[in-house]
Amino acid sequence: MSEQDVLNPKHMPSNPEQATLEGKNKFLGFWFFLGGETVLFASLFGTYLALRDSTNGGASSQDLFGLELVFIMTMLLLTSSLTSVYAMYHMKNNDFKRMMIWLGITVALGLGFLGFEIYEFVHYIHDYEFTMRSSAFGSAFYTLVGFHGGHVVFGLSWIIALMFRNAKRGLNLYNAPKFYIASLYWHFIDVVWVFIFTVVYLMGVL
Amino acid sequence: MTDKSMTTIDQQQQYEQEKRKQEMKQQVITFALMIIFTIVAFGMVMAELPKLFVIPIMLILAAVQVGFQLYYFMHMSHKGHEMPSMMFYGGVFAAFLTILALVVLVWW
Repeated sequence: MSEQDVLNPKHMPSNPEQATLEGKNKFLGFWFFLGGETVLFASLFGTYLALRDSTNGGASSQDLFGLELVFIMTMLLLTSSLTSVYAMYHMKNNDFKRMMIWLGITVALGLGFLGFEIYEFVHYIHDYEFTMRSSAFGSAFYTLVGFHGGHVVFGLSWIIALMFRNAKRGLNLYNAPKFYIASLYWHFIDVVWVFIFTVVYLMGVL
Repeated sequence: MTDKSMTTIDQQQQYEQEKRKQEMKQQVITFALMIIFTIVAFGMVMAELPKLFVIPIMLILAAVQVGFQLYYFMHMSHKGHEMPSMMFYGGVFAAFLTILALVVLVWW
């Protein structure tokens, strides 16, 4: 049996992402990485909580934040989380085409989220002259929310790259772990966003 | 002989497919709950309820929503997630200490 036969079995196992040693290692290593990411975001959240009232006489969170926009962004990201669950559901059923469709929807929703976030930042900078250098609050806000936005950009590039690279390969035991890990990352981005909309935006307008 | 073993594999696959289908239904319900939690959180803030009442409830809603995300969407409720849980909760513990330290430093 050649390597190709091993990676393309007649019957796909029910958990193709963990059928190979490489897949198992990636799975474990990635959860370890997510633990580290949690600490990273905690330090940014802690900094934001400490500095959010230091507005240096400039715009405060009450002046800036509009809940409508944040609500739309939250719905987009939350829905994209469900669509990537659908993608992994079809992956486990060995239905490559449907998996790609759902990943495509996930990417579209993620791009929508990103568009709104860029609009939001441009709006703050042009209409309120609120930048990273305005105040300690500005620095903390753009670092925290911008870091999350950076994760969205990275996650989207990751999923798009996987989709293009594997478009003609179909699903096998080589790329199943890759898709699974990328979807875990995407869920983690949503986990962070739940705290951002609660701690930054909702607590910011209260 | 080979035919017989093939049908067992088919049956096994059918069973697992059915199981996944049930799980997918649960995940859609989880999603609906997450949407409701989000709407409640936004609604409480928009209704301008007292701060001391809203903030703790909002944080609890966020924590529960993240739990749904981790255990259902990220499959942490499945078997074989003991080590991943340990690693992730190790990170959560360090995260808790980080936030505690930064907040206490400023507010003391």
